[in-house]
Amino acid sequence: MGNKVTCLGEGETMTQVNVVVTLKPTLLDAQGRVVQDALHTLGYAGVEQVRIGKYMELQLDTEGKTAEAVTAEIKEMCGRLLANPVIEDYRYEVVK
Amino acid sequence: MSTLALPERTTPAGARSLKFAIIRFPGSNCDQDAFYVVQDVLGMSASYVWHQETSLKGYDAVLLPGGFSYGDYLRTGAVARFAPIMDAVRAHAERGGFVFGICNGFQVLCEAHMLPGALVRNEGCKFLCKHVHLRVENADTPYTSAYKKGRVLRIPIAHGEGCYVCDEATRQELESANRILFRYVDADGKESAAGNPNGSVGNIAGIANAGFNVIGMMPHPERASEKILGSADGRGIFDSLVSTLLAVTK
Repeated sequence: MGNKVTCLGEGETMTQVNVVVTLKPTLLDAQGRVVQDALHTLGYAGVEQVRIGKYMELQLDTEGKTAEAVTAEIKEMCGRLLANPVIEDYRYEVVK
Repeated sequence: MSTLALPERTTPAGARSLKFAIIRFPGSNCDQDAFYVVQDVLGMSASYVWHQETSLKGYDAVLLPGGFSYGDYLRTGAVARFAPIMDAVRAHAERGGFVFGICNGFQVLCEAHMLPGALVRNEGCKFLCKHVHLRVENADTPYTSAYKKGRVLRIPIAHGEGCYVCDEATRQELESANRILFRYVDADGKESAAGNPNGSVGNIAGIANAGFNVIGMMPHPERASEKILGSADGRGIFDSLVSTLLAVTK
């Protein structure tokens, strides 16, 4: 791997990362259940489950950082603050 | 009850006035209630400590009050956990000092991993503000020694995210080590679904760390420490802590 962040185009220094945090599947999602009930009330009887999560867009200054370093930093931010590993899972995508 | 080493005190031991730090985060709103109970009900010394401060030197006990620290943004307690004062709170606990989290304070301690598990949205999604019944599950701790085991307390709750969750291994550890101090029960003292206001695992309302010097609970004993408030059942927690501290600081 080179020294440049592979997800960036030529001359770009900003990277957008979209993070989605959801409650672990084993936990009851009380909000999701309310929304599911509301959808049933509206006649959408086929809605088997609704899970509500959080969506965050991060703009990162990634100038001079390797892709590995950026990935490690995203995971660290998710594990320390953006998600609580006790109750939540996270996933993210790096957008240009 | 384990033997506890106390942090260094600046108050002369002979003065017998214990010093309580009440941590204030932006959005704390039960800090004045806690201050009042410590100073006016217990007759001890209370001081507010702003979240930006970094030292808790000289304090005998630390109270993390209820409220909505940092607006409950992201998750309850998630941002407060990284406040500058929290390093001192953790150090105080690691020295064996007492740390008591009430409501949002409990949420902060869980986020800080000073207590296991987490608090999530109430099962019924409603913000609950009412008196509930708690059963004292372990009366042999620094915070519960004024009670008899099995006593039913009537204490208010006021929370939207008070549903305690943890994995099965943690729950077993809490059970086997008697670290569950309070459970939600019905008026007859029975553990039941009806007596569980928020869906907490095992009806858990309050827990301790392995050393029993750090505890957290969702109900508000500081709002139930005088009869004029409808119940003085919560005062025993503060009385227990004061007795413990006076005994070990003699």
